[in-house]
Amino acid sequence: MASAATYKDRQLLAVIGDEDSVTGLLLAGIGHVTEGADAQRNFLVVDAKTETSQIEQAFQNFTQERKDIAVLLINQHIAERIRHSVDSFADPFPAVLEIPSKDHPYDPEKDSVLKRVRRLFGE
Amino acid sequence: MSGAVGREPVFPTRQSLGLMKSKLKGAETGHSLLKRKSEALTKRFREITRRIDEAKRKMGRVMQIAAFSLAEVSYAVGGDIGYQVQESAKQARFRVRAKQENVSGVFLPQFESYTQDGVNDFALTGLGKGGQQIQRCRETYARAVETLVELASLQTAFLILDEVIKVVNRRVLTKSSEHVIIPRTENTIKYINSELDELDREEFYRLKKVSGKKQRDNAAADAEILAARKKAEAEEAAGGVVAAEPETADILGEQEDNDVIF
Repeated sequence: MASAATYKDRQLLAVIGDEDSVTGLLLAGIGHVTEGADAQRNFLVVDAKTETSQIEQAFQNFTQERKDIAVLLINQHIAERIRHSVDSFADPFPAVLEIPSKDHPYDPEKDSVLKRVRRLFGE
Repeated sequence: MSGAVGREPVFPTRQSLGLMKSKLKGAETGHSLLKRKSEALTKRFREITRRIDEAKRKMGRVMQIAAFSLAEVSYAVGGDIGYQVQESAKQARFRVRAKQENVSGVFLPQFESYTQDGVNDFALTGLGKGGQQIQRCRETYARAVETLVELASLQTAFLILDEVIKVVNRRVLTKSSEHVIIPRTENTIKYINSELDELDREEFYRLKKVSGKKQRDNAAADAEILAARKKAEAEEAAGGVVAAEPETADILGEQEDNDVIF
């Protein structure tokens, strides 16, 4: 069960998305770069050239290693590329949220949470 | 079914009857509590599911509007501001904090967004042109992110509730107080009651027997006394002369004494 310690420090939102989504979200003010030598960004811009392994690594980093992220936003078409990791990630923290992007409208059929909803209600 | 679950190995005494009764009551209370908890959680769960569905739809619309306002910005600025924005992001202005909400003993987190004042990484963005559009875009995106945060808290609650409901339902089932413990205890109570009744009947029968025998004995004794009395009267009437001159027994005479038997 989620105890207070697991989410007390989680204040940030993270984003993995295409350039437009990331730009917009950063304009909203979610961008954060940790101080110090190994500066870590809480966002990853994915374009056609980005390797899947890189996305995977960022996803693992945001979900497993960093303890200050409360919500991870990920474009749905990018989540689709690492669908296995997204589907198998079941922890409540951070909340992984699939968002639509400009070029890819939102498809509820693919959302891992909505899939679970439908499976639960046997539809 | 009652045959299948058997009964507890107890002696049929009043004490164990009392024990069994309190056990039955406990099992029923526990079961109904668990069931009620599960129902409350399920109700909450359905509500959350419905709200997730709504929020997801809303998110689609909101993100579309936000994307449009970003397109406006690119048009106004006349170039890509993505790189500039990414480079100037330093401190998160938009943060969330988690609150807890208690639903039937389950703590559901709820994210609450807040903006940290005094942090502005984009003071210089759009300084040349398109500043107004950028400002509007920021506001639009901030609203969009608020929707997203709301959705995220719903989703987290959904995941936690899902897990908890599974556990509770498993407990409702595997503890199976409904199917094993309660009928078993009921069986035991029935068994003890029947045994106690049996004992009662035996006791009653025994008492009846005893009193019957006593009555018979009494009647026999009465009859004997009556007969002896009648005989005495008859003798008296027949031998009045004899009775007048009663034979004085020579107690000191040579006479066989009757043996005294105790």
